[in-house]
Amino acid sequence: MRDFKYFRPRTLKEALSILTQERAKVLAGGTDLLVKMKDGLLRPESVMDISFLEELKFIREEEGMVTIGALATHSMLERSPIINTKAPHLAEASRSIGSPQIRNVATIGGNIVNASPAGDSLPPLYTLEAELLLESEKGSRIVAIEEFFTGPGQSIIEPHELLTAIRFKAPRGELLTFFQKLGQRKALAISKVSVAFLATCAADKKFLRKVRIALGAVAPTVIRAREVESFLENGSINEEMVDLAAKLCSEEARPISDIRSTLVYRKKVTGELLKRGLSQFIEGVIS
Amino acid sequence: MKIDITLRINGRSCTLSVPAKTTLLEALRDHLGLVGAKEGCGKGECGACTVLVDGKAVNSCLMLAAQAEGKEILTIEGLSQGGPTPLQRAFVEEGAVQCGYCTPGMIMSCEALLRENPNPSEEEIKEAISGNLCRCTGYIKILRAVKKALEER
Ligand SMILES: Cc1cc2nc3c(=O)[nH]c(=O)nc-3n(C[C@H](O)[C@H](O)[C@H](O)COP(=O)(O)OP(=O)(O)OC[C@H]3O[C@@H](n4cnc5c(N)ncnc54)[C@H](O)[C@@H]3O)c2cc1C
Ligand code: FES
Ligand code: FES
Repeated sequence: MRDFKYFRPRTLKEALSILTQERAKVLAGGTDLLVKMKDGLLRPESVMDISFLEELKFIREEEGMVTIGALATHSMLERSPIINTKAPHLAEASRSIGSPQIRNVATIGGNIVNASPAGDSLPPLYTLEAELLLESEKGSRIVAIEEFFTGPGQSIIEPHELLTAIRFKAPRGELLTFFQKLGQRKALAISKVSVAFLATCAADKKFLRKVRIALGAVAPTVIRAREVESFLENGSINEEMVDLAAKLCSEEARPISDIRSTLVYRKKVTGELLKRGLSQFIEGVIS
Repeated sequence: MKIDITLRINGRSCTLSVPAKTTLLEALRDHLGLVGAKEGCGKGECGACTVLVDGKAVNSCLMLAAQAEGKEILTIEGLSQGGPTPLQRAFVEEGAVQCGYCTPGMIMSCEALLRENPNPSEEEIKEAISGNLCRCTGYIKILRAVKKALEER
């Protein structure tokens, strides 16, 4: 790894000022960045370590809005009572990432800005229609998560901007959620395909009102499966619906072939993961 | 860029002047002679480099030494300052140590688990060591050792 100039701001204000003056690469948990630097894929001249910005390590709920600081780790998310009740599929996704050692340092902000279509926190955040707060010395802007990504590893964040928080409206009423992922093995596997599902429903948990589905690692960015969503909305879940939804979902996936998997396999698995998730609700395994 | 870093390791403070790119693992092994933590993959995949930072298991190969400044670092050397712990003894007695390369990391992951959850289920033990690879024991003996340490406490 090449050596670099090291900056360690203690406050957000200081961090934003450094980012304006220096073309510094941001280091949060470092679990993506340091691997890329060790592999020689990135050779930054300056690195700004934001891991000491205590003010970005929080998860809170105020007036129906859940806000997560960019430096919240996946360990914090998987244990958070707020996330486990308002967005259980996000907690599940966090729990599925890497290993305990990785989750203890890897942050949700890093997972987002790294912009991998296989980033596991992304599909749940798409279903929550999360918004991202980007701040710079000049000001701040709020971007819908769906508008943030432009391709694999690509996003609209500017070099002088910091992602500081992620927020979403806590879904109201009865919820059905799941996060399903298929990797090569349980721990330390990058997802080949993942499916996040969020529905608000009637008290009997059978009749679906609003449905949100997002697919990971099947397109250049995470995508919403909008056709499947409208197919399932305002209907009851039963076996026939689940089969049709799975078929529709396979068609909506637009995967690429890469070292981890082929196109045909990914399409098939996407539908299968949706089916697996939805079938739990029919059988009443999850309530 | 050389930087001065003060680390709290196994209860003692030490100051190092090292290149900014120095990982915590390099600081421990190359600058402080604490060679218990091992480098396997260098990329977060094997857990041989696991140490505790503020009580939490981390891969020291994927953390800059600078990121650990001001935090409490515990390595396998610090764990056994007063002689082997019950967990370490159980590893020896159950044959959970074969070549031994994974052992310091494995012990630190189990230690982190037991500090947070004194009564883990088998599933929880497996989850705690899911980031630690062992090429020798097949994990069965490791699970047995952790359970034995639980029983004997
Ligand atoms: C062994 C291993 C297993 C893994 N398993 C998984 C897995 O199962 N699922 C998964 O999704 N990921 C996985 N990852 C990838 C990685 O751990 C996650 O993407 C993690 O969330 C990244 O967070 P970080 O804080 O470590 O990011 P860093 O490496 O610090 O940063 C990642 C990128 O984001 C930028 N950045 C970070 N924070 C900010 C911010 N606040 N504002 C602006 N830019 C920022 C950095 O400049 C860098 O480009 C794994 C990685 C390893 C090494
Ligand atoms: S050497 Fe750190 S995880 Fe393998
Ligand atoms: S004892 Fe040899 S790798 Fe675990």
